Amino acid sequence: MAEELRRVQLPLTPELARTLHMGDNVLLTGTIYTARDAAHERMTENLAKGIPLPFDPMNATIYYVGPTPAEPGKVIGSAGPTTAGRMDKWAPEMISLGARGMIGKGARQPSVVDAMKKYSGVYFGAIGGAGALLAKHIKKCKLIAYEDLGPEAIRELYVEDFPVTVIIDSEGNDLYKSGRAEYLKLHEENQKA
Amino acid sequence: MRDIDVSVITDAIEKMCINANRHLPQDMQAGIKACRACEDGPIACTILDQIIDNFQTADKENVPICQDTGMACIFLEVGQEVHFTGGALYDAVNEGVRRGYTKGYLRKSVEADPIRRGNTGDNTPAMITVDIVPGDKVKITVAPKGFGSENMSALRMFKPSAGLQGIKDFILETVEKAGPNPCPPIVVGVGIGGNFDHVALAAKKALLRPIDSHNPDPYYAALEDEMLEKINELGIGPQGFGGRTTAVGVNIETLPTHIAGMPCAVNISCHVTRHETEVI
Ligand code: SF4
Repeated sequence: MAEELRRVQLPLTPELARTLHMGDNVLLTGTIYTARDAAHERMTENLAKGIPLPFDPMNATIYYVGPTPAEPGKVIGSAGPTTAGRMDKWAPEMISLGARGMIGKGARQPSVVDAMKKYSGVYFGAIGGAGALLAKHIKKCKLIAYEDLGPEAIRELYVEDFPVTVIIDSEGNDLYKSGRAEYLKLHEENQKA
Repeated sequence: MRDIDVSVITDAIEKMCINANRHLPQDMQAGIKACRACEDGPIACTILDQIIDNFQTADKENVPICQDTGMACIFLEVGQEVHFTGGALYDAVNEGVRRGYTKGYLRKSVEADPIRRGNTGDNTPAMITVDIVPGDKVKITVAPKGFGSENMSALRMFKPSAGLQGIKDFILETVEKAGPNPCPPIVVGVGIGGNFDHVALAAKKALLRPIDSHNPDPYYAALEDEMLEKINELGIGPQGFGGRTTAVGVNIETLPTHIAGMPCAVNISCHVTRHETEVI
């Protein structure tokens, strides 16, 4: 199951989202946006004041990342995912606006999963801590908003064959729950054999 | 008395901040590879291969292993014969961190105020721990620490009656609760004893010890092995997708404690457990 890589071209339409299933290893190509805690807080505060998001949320994918600064001549520094759970407070609102793709690491709250089921969201996991490797798949990087937030500013990235795993799919299946249970079963069988 | 100009400390720390963030220590590299060799989960094998590829890429291309280049935890063992000249020691340490994080293109992740926030822009101040020891040398250890794993750490003030079983359960419970968040495979630093503040520091110092080493007391060395085995029976696996390799090491440090207590701190670290040491 680990070697079957599927190429996925973004944006993430609801139809496309529904074809992605928990445990799928996929390679993403297309435009994604970076946002962490501070950017989410500002985006949602602005929305409440009637100020639109710095990017079109419809079918967008948000990457929870705060990269290291780019060295001269490089597109970006190391850029692995941050813990997604810290964004749970704002994620349902973003998903309801159409930003159905999320890339991060770690567990999500039921409120996020509910929104994903309702709006066909997908939560992708990128390997936490593999910032050097993941940066190689980021081909373009443009700062588009909140420059004052430093590593937390919003960047528009163009990624090519960016490796991710579907952790939670649009039906709410969760790899963190099933993956572990499946492994323990397999391990038990291996022990007996 | 030996005079040491603090600029020597600044220079050393600048260099160590950069190196520690780019080159994973040998004990970690070997530990992760050894875990890959005995991993039996299919997804887990793929993930471990990518984790190995990642630290090798960082090594080769001289780039940060992980984008969370952490808070700079700086440990100084200062010989009591040493006399620092040329400025304040703490300023010199922070200057080293400032230069290292700027020149090394490392992420600045420090907020000036815990509630009102606001990035300091240069990753200072460092988290500095100084121990005074005999001699005329200064041993510097730089250990950048990410917060994905720091946030999953825990401290509990046990009654002595909780006994060894209480400690074992607490370690397992903390790892279980952490689940996929601290970027498993993890390293678990455990402090037992002392008081509220010293037990946390003991857990942090446990993470500085190479994972292929053991506590010198055979009782705790055996506990390290037992806990590593129990943690790897949880099945959390690399990235929490299921697998044998949940932890690559468990290090335990202990301290004498009060008749009424048995504090325990569990400091969780990730597969990017960084530390670099130099003696001046
Ligand atoms: S927990 Fe470690 S590996 Fe994960 S993002 Fe933080 S520093 Fe990197």
